[in-house]
Amino acid sequence: MNPDLTVDIAGLKMKNPVMVASGTFGYGEEYAQLVDLNSLGAIVVKGITLAPRLGNPPPRIVETPCGMLNAIGLENVGVEKFIKEKLPYLRQFDIIVIANIAGKTVEEYVELARKLNGLVDGLEINISCPNVVKGGLEFGQDPALTYEVVSKVRQATRLPLIAKLSPNVTDIKVIAKSAVEAGIDAISLINTILGMVIDVTTRKPILANVTGGLSGPAIKPIALRMVHEVARVVRVPIIGQGGIMNATDALEFIIAGATAVAVGTANFVDPQTSLKIIKGIEDYLIKNNIHRLSELTGSLQI
Amino acid sequence: MLQTKIKILANKKIAPEYYKMALESPEIVRTSTPGQFLHIRVSNNSEPLLRRPFGIHSIKDTGEFEILYRVVGKGTALLSKKKAEEELDVLGPLGNGFKFPVAGNETMVLIGGGAGIAPLFFLAQKAHHLRQIIVLIGGKTKDQVLCEEEFKKLGIEVRIATEDGSYGHKGLVTDLLNALLHTSLSIFACGPLPMQKRISIFSSEHNLSCQVSLESRMACGIGACLGCAIKVKGESTTYKRVCIEGPVFEAKEIMWE
Ligand SMILES: Cc1cc2nc3c(=O)[nH]c(=O)nc-3n(C[C@H](O)[C@H](O)[C@H](O)COP(=O)(O)OP(=O)(O)OC[C@H]3O[C@@H](n4cnc5c(N)ncnc54)[C@H](O)[C@@H]3O)c2cc1C
Ligand SMILES: Cc1cc2nc3c(=O)[nH]c(=O)nc-3n(C[C@H](O)[C@H](O)[C@H](O)COP(=O)(O)O)c2cc1C
Ligand code: FES
Repeated sequence: MNPDLTVDIAGLKMKNPVMVASGTFGYGEEYAQLVDLNSLGAIVVKGITLAPRLGNPPPRIVETPCGMLNAIGLENVGVEKFIKEKLPYLRQFDIIVIANIAGKTVEEYVELARKLNGLVDGLEINISCPNVVKGGLEFGQDPALTYEVVSKVRQATRLPLIAKLSPNVTDIKVIAKSAVEAGIDAISLINTILGMVIDVTTRKPILANVTGGLSGPAIKPIALRMVHEVARVVRVPIIGQGGIMNATDALEFIIAGATAVAVGTANFVDPQTSLKIIKGIEDYLIKNNIHRLSELTGSLQI
Repeated sequence: MLQTKIKILANKKIAPEYYKMALESPEIVRTSTPGQFLHIRVSNNSEPLLRRPFGIHSIKDTGEFEILYRVVGKGTALLSKKKAEEELDVLGPLGNGFKFPVAGNETMVLIGGGAGIAPLFFLAQKAHHLRQIIVLIGGKTKDQVLCEEEFKKLGIEVRIATEDGSYGHKGLVTDLLNALLHTSLSIFACGPLPMQKRISIFSSEHNLSCQVSLESRMACGIGACLGCAIKVKGESTTYKRVCIEGPVFEAKEIMWE
């Protein structure tokens, strides 16, 4: 018998625990020729703001050892165009669509939640974007602001709510607890880690934005440690992410306490990564005679 | 666009730092147009992590094609070590290629330098039956002058300029362009940024149509990550993605830094 891979994130019944991370899978259509979207647990679309955003000047990305830095600056079409032009395409598929929302003020987050209410399956509140001047990280680094954003968005919508937290904090547990107290349904961990690269011939930073967010295998140990820490202090489901490249990586996050995982940078390297991970998790469960994935979640032996 | 594993047929050094790799994929040969590129995984592990973009250099009816590349860093160094019979994970063909043939009976002037000559040969293969073509090859030194013989075999006239005068005309490719201004021209350029910029400015001064193939650091290669943006002209600042709106652009669109 095939093992049961389904997971429940705040009422979202996912076929399997593998989602694709915000900003790494566009609006789905870019990858549809290469990946069967119906097979994915869920898609989290590129961060959306109220008004369209141009993003940062180039260069926006640079490769680093086992990773990359990005400073896209939340370029996106804006919520209206997302609803009119991007969402209908995704709606043709049997896939859970989660909108990643980013605002400069609490009011903007609330407005975004209102506009998307009933149109998407869930919201991921991005309080962790390191590449914008206002908003984003500012909220995710302050427990009181985290509480305020989450509770106000909570009042504005009944959609399942996920908080996407930043690793750029001293104690991730404090922020996670604030989000839970404010009524969050699930937590995404982690967004990218601030970093930079300098060109020694010009003595200039490579990224026009000076700093960018580090992602990819280089950050996996940090992400895993944070999932482990947060899993011990909150009861809401955790969506683990950060450097997941294969099924073993994903299983590590699940064992550490993640209910689901998200594949980010690995989509650029091999668009088939998420599908391979689904298969790999299934194989692992069969091999170890585990009938339900949930038996594995948080089963870390210390 | 597809993602496939394709077999390397040969991987040969053609000049100091430059290699040609032959690969076999009838699908890619059938579906590619000149100026499009392939996003190639050069390692099976996470170092280097990202794919590397390369233009399609030439195709054969037998389903073979070539890329021509310069070794500049660790990804291309790894690529240069690959042997025949090994397989590469390739995503492509990607992006928008050159628009040709051009209107009227303009002469197509293909201008390349260094590895920038790579996609222009494929363009010549497809276009030399349709229009008169002249190829201008430029570079700092003789080492950057590639593929002269291959173009000549197609019956195409080749003119050369090197900045140090080590081969052909001593000076810039735009000097060679000057000499062609009496005919009606349409320009197709690919090469180092300063050269492309110079050609673009030259062509706008002389009101010539000019297409340039640009490079940018890429992650996904298919329009999803927004990492490869370049500045284009408009009432206010706007960006386009090199991987999907490009890599070939009308020169007049580009905001040169
Ligand atoms: C559409 C397109 C077509 C190209 N076609 C060719 C071709 O036909 N022949 C050829 O020799 N080269 C071509 N290039 C450039 C080639 O992709 C780079 O030289 C190569 O990626 C360098 O990798 P590396 O690991 O050796 O260098 P490194 O400097 O170690 O690379 C580090 C990172 O920077 C990126 N990078 C470095 N140089 C460039 C560059 N010039 N353009 C884009 N990204 C770069 C790499 O992809 C990598 O992510 C093309 C680039 C683009 C965007
Ligand atoms: C190019 C790029 C763009 C991203 N854009 C967003 C975004 O818009 N919103 C967001 O919450 N996270 C964004 N992220 C972060 C990813 O969703 C993910 O949390 C992070 O990259 C860690 O996972 P990874 O190492 O598997 O990529 C982006 C990451 C990358 C690499
Ligand atoms: S490389 Fe990702 S959008 Fe162009």
